[in-house]
Amino acid sequence: MNIFDPQGPIAAAQKTILIDSIGIMLAIVLPTIAAIFAFAYWFRESNPRATYQPHWAYSGRIELVVWSIPTLTIILLGGVAWIGSHQLDPARPIDGTGAPIRIQVVSLDWKWLFIYPDQGIATVNTLTVPVGSPLDLELTSGSVMNAFFIPQLGSMIYTMNGMVTRLKLRADNQGTLRGLSSHFSGDGFPDMMFDVQVVPQLEFPDWVARTAQTDRILNAESYGKLAQQSVETGTSTYRLEDPRLFHAIVTQQIPPGPGPKLTSESAQSYIGGHDVR
Amino acid sequence: MFGKLNWSAIPIDQPIPMIASGLVALVILGVLAWVVLAGHLPYLWREWITSVDHKRIGVMYTLLATVMLLRGFVDALMMRSQQAIALQSQGYLPPEHYNQIFSAHGTIMIFFVAMPFVIGLMNLVVPLQLGVRDVAFPTLNSVGFWLTATGALLVNISLVVGEFARTGWLPYPPLSELTYSPGVGVDYYLWALQISGVGTLVAGINLVTTVLKLRTRGMTYLRMPMFCWTTLASNLLIVAAFPILTATLAMLILDRYFGFHFFTNEAGGNVMMFMNLIWAWGHPEVYILVLPAFGIFSEVVSTFSGKPLFGYRSMVLATMAICIISFMVWLHHFFTMGAGPTVNAIFGIASMIIAVPTGVKIYNWLFTMYGGRVRFDTPMLWALGFMVTFILGGLTGVLVAVPPADFLLHNSLFLVAHFHNVIIGGVLFGAFAGYTYWFPKAFGFRLHEGFGKAAFWCWLIGFYVAFMPLYAVGFLGMTRRMQHYDVPEWRPWLLIAGVGALIILAGIIFQIMQLTVSIRRREELRDRTGDPWDGRSLEWATASPPPVFNFAIPPDVSGEDAYWSLKARAKQQDLEKREPDYKDIEMPRNSPTGFVCAFFATIMGFALIWHIWWMVAAGAIGAFTTFVAFAWRDHDEYVIPAKEVARIDRANIEERRAMISLAGA
Repeated sequence: MNIFDPQGPIAAAQKTILIDSIGIMLAIVLPTIAAIFAFAYWFRESNPRATYQPHWAYSGRIELVVWSIPTLTIILLGGVAWIGSHQLDPARPIDGTGAPIRIQVVSLDWKWLFIYPDQGIATVNTLTVPVGSPLDLELTSGSVMNAFFIPQLGSMIYTMNGMVTRLKLRADNQGTLRGLSSHFSGDGFPDMMFDVQVVPQLEFPDWVARTAQTDRILNAESYGKLAQQSVETGTSTYRLEDPRLFHAIVTQQIPPGPGPKLTSESAQSYIGGHDVR
Repeated sequence: MFGKLNWSAIPIDQPIPMIASGLVALVILGVLAWVVLAGHLPYLWREWITSVDHKRIGVMYTLLATVMLLRGFVDALMMRSQQAIALQSQGYLPPEHYNQIFSAHGTIMIFFVAMPFVIGLMNLVVPLQLGVRDVAFPTLNSVGFWLTATGALLVNISLVVGEFARTGWLPYPPLSELTYSPGVGVDYYLWALQISGVGTLVAGINLVTTVLKLRTRGMTYLRMPMFCWTTLASNLLIVAAFPILTATLAMLILDRYFGFHFFTNEAGGNVMMFMNLIWAWGHPEVYILVLPAFGIFSEVVSTFSGKPLFGYRSMVLATMAICIISFMVWLHHFFTMGAGPTVNAIFGIASMIIAVPTGVKIYNWLFTMYGGRVRFDTPMLWALGFMVTFILGGLTGVLVAVPPADFLLHNSLFLVAHFHNVIIGGVLFGAFAGYTYWFPKAFGFRLHEGFGKAAFWCWLIGFYVAFMPLYAVGFLGMTRRMQHYDVPEWRPWLLIAGVGALIILAGIIFQIMQLTVSIRRREELRDRTGDPWDGRSLEWATASPPPVFNFAIPPDVSGEDAYWSLKARAKQQDLEKREPDYKDIEMPRNSPTGFVCAFFATIMGFALIWHIWWMVAAGAIGAFTTFVAFAWRDHDEYVIPAKEVARIDRANIEERRAMISLAGA
C-alpha cells in the first residue's frame, strides 16, 4: 500500500507532485532551520565574540527578502497546485487499452459493493479489473460517508448518499492491491479493506463469465440485506438483476441503510452497547 | 421522570471506564474533602470561585486546561497502545470504546485544553501588558470561564453516565444523525460544545473590547506588545467564527431532537453543507489557537535575546493577514469531495498564501535573535523547539494544500501527524513557553529550571519519536481512526509511535514534578522585583503577583517595549525619587454569577442530553434568574483607599530599588 510504489498513472503523477513539492519546500526550509541553530548558537549570551546590537530591530532589505522568499516559493507551488489540480482532476478521462470498464461503487455499513453494469455482475469487498484498461468509476454511499481509496492507484474520493462522485483510474501492473475506506464510518470501519485483483486483459472476460454463473442475484431485496450493518468476512459475488440498481440507490428509490438495529425500547439500545460482530 | 436515563446507562460491565472514572471520582472527593476539612472552602469561594479578577480567572482557565490535558493524554496513550497491539487482532479496546476515545481525545484537546490554555494566558497577561486594571467586562469573564468548565464537566460525565460521541471530533453527518448514532454520545458532544461555545464567545467579545477600548495612556495600537496584537486577531476570529459553530451544531441538534433534515440523507438534507459550515469555523479555529502562541513566542524570543522584536510592523501586518485569509481556505479540508479542479486549486493556493505571513514570522524571530544575547532559559528552549518543529509542520501543511498530493494523503496518519505537528509544536509548545514565562508573574515565584528543561527535552524528543513514524505510516496508506488492521508493514511504525508517547509521558511527569518542587521551594524561587526575566513589556512593571488593581498609577507609555524604555530611563536618572500621587481605586466586586449560571447550565445540559424535560426547564429558569438577579445588583464596585494603594506600591518599589542597587554594586 506504499504510495511511493504506484501501480497506475494517476498515483505515479501524484507521487511526482508530492516529491517535487517536498523538494521545493526543503530548499528553503533546511537553510532556515540551519540558520535558527546557527543564530541561536552564535548569539548565545556567553559568546564574547558576538556583537550585541540591543536596538537593531529593522532592516528594509531583510524585510524585503523575508517577504519575498516565501512568496516566490508559494508562487511556484501555486503553479504546481493549479496545473496538478486540473491535470489530475479525478473525473478527467484517461487513456488505456480498449473501452473503459464501468464500475459502480457503493459503500455500505461496512463493506464495499462493486457493480459492473455492462457485465451484469457485482462483487462485495473485492474489485477485479483488467490491467491497462481505463476504469470509469461512479461512486455513492448506501448510508454514511466513506472515502474510496486504493493507495497505489491514487486519488481518494468521498462517497455520499444521494450523490455520485466520479473517478478515473488505471492499473498498469498485474497483481493484488489493497484498498480501504479512508473516511471513518462507524464501528465496522476498519473492516472495510478490500482486495483489488489486477488481471490480464484476456483473463478478465473469463472472470466475468465465471462470476456470472453464480446463483446469487443482486436486486433490491438482496441489496437490502447487504445494506444492513454487518462486517463481511470473505467476498461474495452476484449476478446483477437490474442494471439500474445503482441509479435506484443514488436517487434514494432504495432508502439509505437502516443504521444500528434497535433491539428494544430499553435504554441499552440508546447507549449503543451492542457489539458489531 | 428521567427521560432516557436509567441504571443501564452506567457501563458496569466495562472495566476500563469504570476503574478510570472511579479513580477520578476518588481523587476529586479526596481533594474536596481536604478543602472542606482544612477549612479552605470559604477562601476558595471568596478569592477564586467568585473572583472577577482577570488574573485569577486566567489561572483557573490554565488549571482547567492542564487537568484536561491529562485526561486527553490518557486517551492518547490508550489509542497508541491499541494500535500497537491490534495487528490482525481486536486489541484490548472494542470498536465502540475505541471510537469514543479518539472522539473524546480530539474534542478535549481542542476545546478543553488548547482553547482554555490560550484564553487563560491572554486573560492573565493582556490587561497587564496594556497597563490597565482589568478586562472590559469582569463578571462576563467569570461567566465565560465557568461555562467552559461546564462543557468540560459534561464531557467527563459521559465517561460514567452513558457514552461519548463515536463519530470523531467533528461529528460528520449522516453518521452523527439519529439514524446512525441513536445513543446519547453525540448529544453529550453537542451540548458540551454549545455551552462552552457560549463561554468562548463571551471571552472573545471581552478580550476584543479590552484591546480596542482599554489601553493605558500612550499605548497606541502600534505600541502594543505583539501578544496583544495576536490576542486581538485571535479574538476577532473567535467573534466571527464561533457563531458559525453554534449555528451548525444547533442545526444538528434540530435534526436529532425535532426531526429536521438539515444534514440527513433523506428529505433534502445535505451533508456537504455541514462540512462546509463546520470548517468555515474549523479553519479559523486553527488560527485562533496558533496566533496567541505566535504572540507568546514573539515576547519570549525578544525578551531572551535582549532585543526588540525584529520587524514589528511586519509582524502586525502578517498577523492581521493571517486573521483575514484564514477565513478563505476552509475547503482544503475536503478536496476529496469531488468539487471541480478550479475550486480545489483556488482553495489550495489560498491555503498556501497563509504560509507567506507565517514564514515571515519565522524569519522575524530569527532576526530578533541576530545581534542579541540569547539566554537559554526554559521559555526560550520551547521557542526554539517550536521554530524548528513548526517549520516542518508548515511544510507538510503546504504539502496537503496541493490538491493532487492531498488525494494521496488526506485522512491518513500523515494528516494526523501534520496537525499534531502544528498543534503540539505550535500551540502546546507556545502554551508551555507562556506558562513558564508568566508563572512567576501569576504566583510570585519561578518554576524550577532543571525540571522544566527535562520536561522540554522529553516533549521535544517524544514528539518526534511519536509523530515522525505516523508520517511514514501515512505514506504506507494507513488511514486514521482504525481500531485494528491487518497490514504487517504498519506495525513497526506504530510501535515506535507508542514509544514516543511514553517519552512524552515522561515529559508530563517532569512537568508535574516541576510544579510540585517549585511550590515546595517557593521561597528560594521567589521573584521579588516582579521582573524575573529582564522583561520588556508592562506586565513586568508591577509586582509578582500583581496587586488586585495591577498598577498603582496607570503607566504612561511613550514607545514600543514600554517597560524596557522605562527601565532605561530609570537607570539614567538613578530612579525617580519623587513620590507618585496615589489615588483611590475602584475595583469590581466579586460575584458568584458565573458559578451559579454554570451550575444551572450543567443541570440544563445534562437534562437535555437525557431528555429530562422538567429538569431542562428548572436549569433554564435558574440560569435566567441568576442573570436577572445580577442585572438588578446595586453595588458592583468597591474602593481601595489611596493609603492602601500607596502602602502596597511602596513595598514593591523598595524591592526593586534594593535589587537595582545590588546589581549596581
